[in-house]
Amino acid sequence: MKKFCAALAILALLTACTSNDQKPTEPAAEASGAKQIKAGFVYVGPVGDAGWTWSHDQGRVAMEKADYVTPSTFIESVPEGAESARVINGLVQKGHNLIFTTSFGYMDATLDVASKNKDVVFMHCSGYKSAENVGTYFGRMYEPRYLSGIIAGKMTKTNSIGYVAAFPIPEVIRGINAFTLGVRSVNPQAKVKVVWTQTWFDPGIERDAADSLLDVGADVLTMHQDAPATLQAAEARGAYVIGYNSDTRKFAPNAFLTAPIWNWASIYTKTAAEVQNGTWKTSQIWWGMKEELVQLAPLSDRVPTAVRQLVEEKRKAIVAGSLHPFSGPLKDQTGKETVAAGVTLDDGALLGMNWFVEGVQGTIPK
Amino acid sequence: MLEILLDATVRAGTPILFATLGAIINERAGIINLGIEGLMLIGALSGFAATFASGSLFLGVVAAFVAAFIAGSIHALICVQLRGNQIVSGLALTLFGVGITALFGRGLVGQTIEGFERHAVPLLAQLPLVGKAFFNQDWLIYFSFLLVIAIWFFLYHSRWGLNLRTVGENPTAADACGIPVNLYRFLAVACGSGFVGIGGAYLSLVYTPMWIENMTAGRGWIAVALVIFASWSSFRALGGAYLFGGVTAMQLRFQAMGTTVSVHILQMLPYIFTIVVLVISTLRLQKGASQQPGNLGLPYDREDRK
Repeated sequence: MKKFCAALAILALLTACTSNDQKPTEPAAEASGAKQIKAGFVYVGPVGDAGWTWSHDQGRVAMEKADYVTPSTFIESVPEGAESARVINGLVQKGHNLIFTTSFGYMDATLDVASKNKDVVFMHCSGYKSAENVGTYFGRMYEPRYLSGIIAGKMTKTNSIGYVAAFPIPEVIRGINAFTLGVRSVNPQAKVKVVWTQTWFDPGIERDAADSLLDVGADVLTMHQDAPATLQAAEARGAYVIGYNSDTRKFAPNAFLTAPIWNWASIYTKTAAEVQNGTWKTSQIWWGMKEELVQLAPLSDRVPTAVRQLVEEKRKAIVAGSLHPFSGPLKDQTGKETVAAGVTLDDGALLGMNWFVEGVQGTIPK
Repeated sequence: MLEILLDATVRAGTPILFATLGAIINERAGIINLGIEGLMLIGALSGFAATFASGSLFLGVVAAFVAAFIAGSIHALICVQLRGNQIVSGLALTLFGVGITALFGRGLVGQTIEGFERHAVPLLAQLPLVGKAFFNQDWLIYFSFLLVIAIWFFLYHSRWGLNLRTVGENPTAADACGIPVNLYRFLAVACGSGFVGIGGAYLSLVYTPMWIENMTAGRGWIAVALVIFASWSSFRALGGAYLFGGVTAMQLRFQAMGTTVSVHILQMLPYIFTIVVLVISTLRLQKGASQQPGNLGLPYDREDRK
């Protein structure tokens, strides 16, 4: 028993070492009298995932540039669900006045802690529940995905494009559909093949899934995964690849075309400013390319000028609101028209999307 | 298509194969090691770091072995010298590995290296069907073939192997024969851990040449189960690791080819196979064919009479 206790103590110590990372003391700007922002971040993965959590952390670092923001705290690899409430509560206890919870599964825990701490502002990423002091935020990733689809449609020679997908949830399905609509807008013959890995993060499985798509003739790949293994697979086989989450062209210097990426700095900086000057109000934010929360990473030199111009044109149209990827007529996989011409899917339909558009090869596990 | 599938099978199975072989050496000496997952991560990080710093893949493999050897020595120290609880020590080793690699790997995330390349073995690579899959691979895969044979030869055709098996079966008898029980156990745990580390390095140097926290994603635990599945034999470990790698590769390819079978059923395949094989091996077990080392999991104390 003694040994067991000792082992437990060692474990506790280790967890403490790895999970809590106070930034090394930077000179906190002491604007006398003005409200200082002490922000806390709850991450679902490790900062070192080179993907989702990493992109959030880039936003956090950018936010700290403001002189009224004191060094912020992040806690990584926090399990979703009830366990997260304890972590969020811990941040409140330590005097954080602005807390970002960056995964869907923290939704109820965030609301629960928020209801007991009305003087703290909470921002929950990707959820649908808000409160007086809880706002939500997410990005219209389907917009840059549509643009990246245009590039894929133009670059494919076999008319076969592979999509390494994580879980069959509306967010991922929406991305696949937007991408496919982009592909088919310039190349109606092309097909998008989908392989589900049923994991967000397993470099080995992702690599294998990407290889399996290349084996059946795909010459452009893209993915909805948190690790960059798909990029390496495309690089090794001389195919093209479109990344996700952040600009990871380093992993595939020759294969990389572009990537729909997150730019959380925009929302983190704005929220911190609003909380600081007292204008923050709860809202459900779903920003797109217009607000620059989502973007397309700089295109590779391999993308021809004509395609660049087309993408830029479409980007401007989306930002201006004259183009919406999910405007009818849209057909489903069987060729049946599901959205009539002149109709655009509303946010509710987008958030609950559970069907594939025409051109997707694959099934949604039910 | 079958050729491609076999090739993917070998590549997906190799990290698990190394880990299983390492675990077999541990358990043949009578020590359970549940730290495989942590050791794989330690191997993956050290291998990547050494290759990144030196540019040499060979040094990466050596570093992976040495680092996991040292980490395994901690387990050996606790279980052999101090006669601690092997389950607790192993679990702690896994958590230790996850934590320490996350900590020291920070600066390496997003860095890239040139991984191992394929080298065809002359003649053998021309064989139909199996040639490409088994003999147009990288050096680490060839090393894994050698290791399977070497471990079998060591265990059954060398005096030291016989001693090691005796230590795992009946340390009291071994001790009475003058075999240094603790030394054998210590070296078996440390060397076995070193091979587990190479399994991790296969991921970070060949399969997906990069470092990402927790990149083994549970493969260490599969290896722990495969030891039983393989009934402590290196050849059956090869079969088990490839079976697991193969079924995963197969279900992804079925999806890519556009089968209409439910993904969920496809994804159950590896586990259905596992259950089937476990049932079969358990049936054999009841017939007295058990290969489990007799003193597995029990600390040995010369003073402690049974």
